[in-house]
Amino acid sequence: MDQQKSLRAVITVVGVDRVGIIARITGRLADLGINILDISQTIMGDLFTMSMIVEMGGAAKPFVEARDEMVALGQEMGMEVHLQREDVFRYMHRI
Amino acid sequence: MNYSPQEIIETIRMVQAEHLDIRTVTMGISLLDCADADPTALCRKIYDKIMARAGRLVPVCETIEKELGIPIVHKRISVTPIALVAAGIPAAAFPRVAATLEKAAAAAGVNFIGGFSALVHKGFTVGDENLIDALPEALATTERVCASVNLATSKAGINMDAVARMGRVIKRTAELTAAAGSIGCAKLVVFCNVPEDNPFMAGAFHGVGEPETVINVGVSGPGVVLQAVQQSPEADFGQLAEIIKKTAFKVTRMGELVGRMASERLATRFGIVDLSLAPTPAVGDSIAAILEEMGIERCGAPGTTAALALLNDAVKKGGAMASSYVGGLSGAFIPVSEDAGMIAAVEAGAMSLEKLEAMTCVCSVGIDMVAVPGDTPAETLAALIADEMAIGMVNRKTTAVRVIPVVGKRAGERVEFGGLLGTAPVMAISRLDVSRFIGRGGQIPSPIASLTN
Repeated sequence: MDQQKSLRAVITVVGVDRVGIIARITGRLADLGINILDISQTIMGDLFTMSMIVEMGGAAKPFVEARDEMVALGQEMGMEVHLQREDVFRYMHRI
Repeated sequence: MNYSPQEIIETIRMVQAEHLDIRTVTMGISLLDCADADPTALCRKIYDKIMARAGRLVPVCETIEKELGIPIVHKRISVTPIALVAAGIPAAAFPRVAATLEKAAAAAGVNFIGGFSALVHKGFTVGDENLIDALPEALATTERVCASVNLATSKAGINMDAVARMGRVIKRTAELTAAAGSIGCAKLVVFCNVPEDNPFMAGAFHGVGEPETVINVGVSGPGVVLQAVQQSPEADFGQLAEIIKKTAFKVTRMGELVGRMASERLATRFGIVDLSLAPTPAVGDSIAAILEEMGIERCGAPGTTAALALLNDAVKKGGAMASSYVGGLSGAFIPVSEDAGMIAAVEAGAMSLEKLEAMTCVCSVGIDMVAVPGDTPAETLAALIADEMAIGMVNRKTTAVRVIPVVGKRAGERVEFGGLLGTAPVMAISRLDVSRFIGRGGQIPSPIASLTN
């Protein structure tokens, strides 16, 4: 499992701001063996929005399972969480 | 960060709020090697081949949906025209082949399978005749099987015997499925210049020039284009075309990505992305709404054809840049029953059958999902088809007719098909007599413009 192929994904988290959002999201990512490469976070109005680029090549679970887990965590927290392959953004926004 | 937060939010908004989706991933499968004179053997070979090739299509697409966060609305299968594959079996056995396709589609988990088809633009083989005769029963006894018949090409002209015959077949199909709003006709489309790699139903089949198997992708995105047009109320036409082109590029890139991933995982060739803008009955996911947003009070008013021409061309220009291989129908669809704006335009009296016909000169595909009164004579349906075939033949483009003479309904009433096919207002059609014209028979020769060699 150490020579994993690189698999980048983009995680977005949107919802009402409160204490501990980043802690819970990144805590779970660490549990899943997902490495954070870049984070951008801002508050628009009272809406917390965060996007992250992560490396999932070394993740403990297959992509879809990890994705389902993060989406479920978002529901638990009352936040909207998306985890998508980086290809989506590269294909759409870069020539 | 490699992407700005705006770019990331834009992509997510397109999917969440503007109905961006992959409309269909369609696997084309050649059945030529299944041919057999024994109907039982033929059906067994067809079933086994479809399951061997497409058995994993649905789970593979469902995984891709989750990985990309973009819905793939339909997973479908297209096969070699059955008139070719089943040419050796007796006429009475053709409905069994349709039943086999139905069984395979259900087992593979797809909602439609296309290819109960014949290509008769220059005449009928025995297999073609048998297939066409079997159409009403096949469409009445199956749910998932889609049928298409190519009646004309720019090179061959129009087979008017076939046109007349299809008028009768459509009537008979409507009668056999009268209890369900004559829904059988919604699964039957006739073409001029049919493409062999179209992923969209009801017209999809796997052409004889295609490889063993192929993945073709149809994108959607009227809602995304509508949003872009709404944000630029002051744009002139050049600017408007530019905005639509950029949007179409982004939408089509998603089709390209999905097609590449699906074909790789299914160990299959990636065929084409079809650039058609396909509407759905969902509010805001409408071609008519885009045309109206350009400044036309109601779709069908003067200016509608010009607006559609601009839209169609800009989508192609943006889409062509986004994909390595473009094919299929590749043009805006204007199906009446599947577009909430079109339905509203018809019910407001703004949109007539004649205006729809004019619009088909500048877009794909034709008179699509149009309900007409159930007492429309077969000859009138045939003449409507002949007009549409003529537009395709002369303009060297694909045109099609999917018309539903709804038994027991009159103009101004409504018919509910439910599910994918939507609700159709029954449109008025001319009552003038054209039976002597259709009764002539024979072939309308190809136009002089076809002599290009």
